[in-house]
Amino acid sequence: MPANRFNGFTEYGVGIGLRIPHYNHILSKKPTVDWFEIISENFMSDGGRPLHVLDQILEQYRVVQHGVSMYFGSVEPLNREHLKRLKALVRRTGTPWLSDHLCWGSVDGTYSHDLLPMPYTFEAAAKTADKIRQARDFLEVPVVVENVSSYAEFHVSEMTEWQFLTEVVERADCGILLDVNNIYVSSRNHNFDPLEYVNGVPHERVAQIHIAGHSKFEKYILDTHDHPVIDPVWSLYARAIELIGPTATLLEWDDRIPSFDEVHDEALKANRYVAGKVSV
Amino acid sequence: MDLDHIQHKMFEAIRQPLTADEGMRQRTLDGKSLRAIANEIIKPNDRLTSFERLEIYNRQYWFRILSALSEDFPGLRAVVGDRRFERLAAAYLLDCPSQSFTLRNLGSRLEGWLRAHPEHLVKVEQVALDMVRLEWAEIEAFDETAKPQLSEDDLPALGPDPKFELQPHIRLLGLSYPVDDLLLQVRREEAETDIVSNAVTERTRQTSRRRRLPRAERIFLAVHRFDNSVYFKRIDKEAFTILCALRDGKSLSEAVDAADWSGRPIEDASADVQQWFAYWSAQGWFCHTNQVRNK
Repeated sequence: MPANRFNGFTEYGVGIGLRIPHYNHILSKKPTVDWFEIISENFMSDGGRPLHVLDQILEQYRVVQHGVSMYFGSVEPLNREHLKRLKALVRRTGTPWLSDHLCWGSVDGTYSHDLLPMPYTFEAAAKTADKIRQARDFLEVPVVVENVSSYAEFHVSEMTEWQFLTEVVERADCGILLDVNNIYVSSRNHNFDPLEYVNGVPHERVAQIHIAGHSKFEKYILDTHDHPVIDPVWSLYARAIELIGPTATLLEWDDRIPSFDEVHDEALKANRYVAGKVSV
Repeated sequence: MDLDHIQHKMFEAIRQPLTADEGMRQRTLDGKSLRAIANEIIKPNDRLTSFERLEIYNRQYWFRILSALSEDFPGLRAVVGDRRFERLAAAYLLDCPSQSFTLRNLGSRLEGWLRAHPEHLVKVEQVALDMVRLEWAEIEAFDETAKPQLSEDDLPALGPDPKFELQPHIRLLGLSYPVDDLLLQVRREEAETDIVSNAVTERTRQTSRRRRLPRAERIFLAVHRFDNSVYFKRIDKEAFTILCALRDGKSLSEAVDAADWSGRPIEDASADVQQWFAYWSAQGWFCHTNQVRNK
């Protein structure tokens, strides 16, 4: 199951996000890393240092693109300029799959730069799936969608989040980037059992898994990506691996970023679960 | 309630300016109750009201774009001071929200907006405008296209009175204050960041040390990229005029004639022009034109 049509039939192992504070270390020390995930929007420029660094990385490493502003769930049409630039980057990186979020974030051409939660309705699922199909057809690469952390639920929702995710990916016939930290964060914010979520998604569609840390506040949890992964999230990860099989896994660490080695060591803990050395 | 209606309602709410203590307002700027909007679309839970849940997104929207603008314009912050910068940034982003999928373009309309709102720049208007122009030029020079450089072998194809094409990443600025030195000083103290994944942005209230502002002095700059780093190159007024003319499609002779050489011996002027062109060529400022490509 790990290599499937949604991740281009690859088996990528454990990767980390490519972040500016680590550029010098990576380019000078050339550490062994299974793969890097890049934020597509950081490299959709016409030239300069971002693309120069990316080309150097591509000479040594496998890279997968992860986007933050496609907004499949926004009612407005896909941004053609965005898609064109994204396609140019897809050709440059040779990414075997491309991910973005199951969310919305723009209205009438104005961008929030946030990942806003979807109302879980059949109407929203149909519209979102249609846009995912359009993007995939244009980009000519498998597109997978990631569940987001959320802090609000809508009155109009007609199903659970994992039922909505399933509805969207089956209508779009696309893959899933299962973020087990986001599942944990949302489960605490919305009082549901995260295991039910992990058990309930179509496992054969999972192309990649995200793990990350978060921040706990008095009344809610925020997805801040600035801490190590906590044990309950590792437990969800273990359960996901048990159900899905060893799957390309990526640690996100985006704020208060420690040294490259610290981030990489944290990511490599995933291998203990993949090897079955730690039980759920 | 359909998806379109929910998205318009929620987006209108999260774009409302925050209160002084960074909470959600009770009413929108046009008087609608935000509590009513929240109650209409968002469920409460056992810990948070609908209003409080919507407020998380309202705060997050502003924290993210204010942080991004602040990171892009540390020089303007240093010129106007922290408090004034926070006020003008919020007002600018309310009038000019992002219309691009990338935060890179967030400040693209800032210079024009400041010119229309000089009340935010009292006593520092010209130095602040110069700084904004320089900071936006730096952003553009950082990642604009670099075309193949023109080589000596290409020159015959350009004819007797060639038209040189400047690299797209070069920006030419005539400024009333030497803000380049100030910006370099500020930049040395800044850490570089990039857009990250779906992580929530914490409110990082940046502060800048109070600095002595430069005295008025007319300078001319070419903001350009060399070896993937952006440089601010001070140039003579005549060199600036020539480069601007070349950028605007004038031929070499027209460009040289456009400069004011009065009071300068012809030999000195000629030597200067030769020296400048040698430097500009070495820096790769000229790129292949259609004439060269067709040849």
